[in-house]
Amino acid sequence: MPNLVINGRNMSVDAANDTPLLWVIREQLQMTGTKFGCGAGLCGACTVHLNGEAVRSCQTPIGDAVGKKITTIEGLSAKGDHPLQKAWILEQVPQCGYCQSGQIMQAAALLAKNNNPTREEITAHMDGNLCRCMTYSRIQKAITRAAADMRTASNSATERRPT
Amino acid sequence: MNERVKAPKTAQADLSRRSFVISAAATGLTFAYAGGVGDALAQAPAAAAKPFGPSVWYAIAPNGLVTVTCGKADMGQHIASTMAQLICEELGADWRDMRVELATNDPKYDDPVLAAQLTGGSWSTNMNFDAMSRAGAAGRMALTEAAASIMGVPASELTVRDGVISHAKSKKSVKFADVVKSGKPLKTFSADELKAIKLKTPDQYTLIGVSVPQLDIPSKTNGTAKYGIDTMLPGMAYGKIVMPPVRYGATVTSVDDSAAKKVPGFIKAVTLEDKTGTTSGWVVAVASTYPGAKKAAEALKVTWDNGKNAKVSSDTILAEAKRLQGSADSGFFFVKNGDADAALGSAAKVLEGEYTTSINIHAPLEPMNATAQQQGDTWHLYTGNQFATRTGAIAAGALGVDPKMVVMHQAWLGGGFGRRLDADMVIPAVLAAKAVGKPVKVIYSREDDMTMDFSRPLTFQKIKAGLDADGKLVAMSHDVVSAWPTLRWGIPDFLTPSVDKKGALDGFTVNGADHFYTVPNHSVRAILNELAQSATPSGQLRSVAPGWTFWAVESMLDDLAAAAGKDPAQFRISLLDGAGTNDGGAQRLRNTLLAAMGLAGYGSRKLPKGEGMGVACVSSQERNTASWTACVAHVAVAPSGEVKVKKLTVATDVGTMVHPDNIRAQVEGAALWGLSLAMYEKATMKDGAIEQTNFNDYTPLRMSQTPEVAISIIANGEAATGVGEPAVTVVAPALGNAIFNAVGARVRSLPITADAVKAAMKA
Repeated sequence: MPNLVINGRNMSVDAANDTPLLWVIREQLQMTGTKFGCGAGLCGACTVHLNGEAVRSCQTPIGDAVGKKITTIEGLSAKGDHPLQKAWILEQVPQCGYCQSGQIMQAAALLAKNNNPTREEITAHMDGNLCRCMTYSRIQKAITRAAADMRTASNSATERRPT
Repeated sequence: MNERVKAPKTAQADLSRRSFVISAAATGLTFAYAGGVGDALAQAPAAAAKPFGPSVWYAIAPNGLVTVTCGKADMGQHIASTMAQLICEELGADWRDMRVELATNDPKYDDPVLAAQLTGGSWSTNMNFDAMSRAGAAGRMALTEAAASIMGVPASELTVRDGVISHAKSKKSVKFADVVKSGKPLKTFSADELKAIKLKTPDQYTLIGVSVPQLDIPSKTNGTAKYGIDTMLPGMAYGKIVMPPVRYGATVTSVDDSAAKKVPGFIKAVTLEDKTGTTSGWVVAVASTYPGAKKAAEALKVTWDNGKNAKVSSDTILAEAKRLQGSADSGFFFVKNGDADAALGSAAKVLEGEYTTSINIHAPLEPMNATAQQQGDTWHLYTGNQFATRTGAIAAGALGVDPKMVVMHQAWLGGGFGRRLDADMVIPAVLAAKAVGKPVKVIYSREDDMTMDFSRPLTFQKIKAGLDADGKLVAMSHDVVSAWPTLRWGIPDFLTPSVDKKGALDGFTVNGADHFYTVPNHSVRAILNELAQSATPSGQLRSVAPGWTFWAVESMLDDLAAAAGKDPAQFRISLLDGAGTNDGGAQRLRNTLLAAMGLAGYGSRKLPKGEGMGVACVSSQERNTASWTACVAHVAVAPSGEVKVKKLTVATDVGTMVHPDNIRAQVEGAALWGLSLAMYEKATMKDGAIEQTNFNDYTPLRMSQTPEVAISIIANGEAATGVGEPAVTVVAPALGNAIFNAVGARVRSLPITADAVKAAMKA
């Protein structure tokens, strides 16, 4: 039985190696924040992190995830207070909300590498994530806001550092 | 027998589109008031004091939390939060104490106007405003009366704010929680007493008009919001459907499960015998896991008789539509004022236009799914649905059980857009669960979801319009040929009698053609395309008829303005004179158009070559329930015909703003839907099947295609109207008119393609 490390926890799963990670996360482990949208890597609703990289879990066989750090929306932050999650609430981004776990996970991978993305960089990074309610402008704003918050936090952390 | 579930009263419901206002007054307040308590109450943990349930719509727990039970489907329009806001305004609770839960299909949660659980038409805020306000006010009055007795002061001297009842003179106060905990008997209200309650006037509002944080949003940022697809039941199996090669009309002739039996966890292949006719030719592979069910479905060898629709295509549907339109005997009249034919005969100038829209697919991001479980004689269905009253009855029909025995459990909808008005998803769930004797969750693949959509119908329209010698519009005849989605419901009250009483038509295919422009001789024919009705079966897609009728009307108005030598906006304003029955609506629409023009800078600046602005204005959704909406589209058109949308400016008159930020969100989403349908989304039928299967070939708008959308909301104190749909309908004609303004090319077919624009530039 493959062993997966999801959100910092070791989980033994009963599934063949070619089973898409999505279905193991959702239906077997019942962590339903990760969503099924298209099954073909075309919509981004199922986005999770594999060693910090945003991947489409519907296209990732669990065999490829063994030995890697898997992070889902449930594990992005301890209290749902990642700067992106806070910004999503402040900008009142979600409508139906179904794509938003994937949107947030996709955006989190961007901000982990670049906490000052341009509008164009955000669009290029997010263009594979469909939002059928078309909340795109609020997603843009929320990512920009979260990036600013992260820069402020890292600046103040720098300032506090003892000399 | 589950006593909480009563027979759906679909058949008796008075749903006539023209009786909304009357039935609001007559039936709006008949909910089980005195005795009724919400699910929150039933489910509340045992406590010393009982929660206070002044109405089915909410209950106040001894800890002061107010749980609202929302009978509307929440598909992202935050209607549950809106219901809570309306109640909270009159109740005087603290917004932070408000919670929401979603109702079952128990008829006590029926919409007070529609007398059914049906969410659509951008109706919910408008139709529930009064009932929720009265429910809230009744609660406040009962709590105040009890508080007066607790404090020993006159009730008339008490004020209520943020869940606290205060007496200014004595500086005493009690919280709602204290009153509920006290166990004091609380007043109940008869229907007449409710009706007599004097509600707040707008100047007294403290919450309506405020963009309070939406109650559902936090759960949609951390993965905890539960959708139908997230249902988990003990011992549950999974179903994956094997879909037939045609959209509708196939019959299964054989199923060979020998290879499927080798798939680990395979349980059974169930060929659906659907007595309701909702589905045809579906086989469900049931297995212990979803990946197993998917593998088993792929391993099943199914053969079909493809039936009578096997050769139907978009081309044959369009050809049939043109044939029907050409016949004087076709269809029924929706509008017949004056004599359009005679007036066209004597007009100085006659213009003609033929307008088409393609098949479109809802494609909500949560694919269709349902989980069914039998417990004793009761069937429990877990699925997000917009029409629980009908869907529960259809599930019962498929099972051959009394509709009373079907309990629908609502969830947040991962997109609705009209798709979840339909009931197909419950059929495989209940029949598979019955066949295998355990709960079954059926999940459509995206391919199943797209090819089996109850799509927006392909439409063909022809307008003839006549100007007199002064360039004044004197006649318009307008034919609309389409499938009739609402006819499929089989609920006569949802159809509209033709104006000459010769028959009933689907008003939801022609709404909008009865526009507010003054045209002395005006006729509108609604014509059913039986071929499309059978082959596609179509459904209601966000904005429904106004999504195509205004494409035709507003495109033609631009051509008429050009023929009359007038500015297209000024031409519209001159026709919105409010004559006769257009009085009121026409003026509001004119004002909205002016607002959009002002915000967009229409006509006040010179645009570079190849750029243009176009206007359109609509009275979507229906004349009786319109939100007055106008759009100015700004485009740049390349010599190749490629269109870049630079900006959409939308103004909308919503009467009363309950939640300004939500209105902006809905209007923006709707406008972008309009853009997506106008330029990026097209489905086609070939050999009886929808050809597009996933987001590679059916391509809704993405972030990189999203232009700036500027929005102006007009709140003039009239009744609150809906905002989920109207802005969808105004964008396509505004774009078409902007393209015409930019390069003189008139396109009449949706979606707009670069090739069509280029061809029209040459013409």
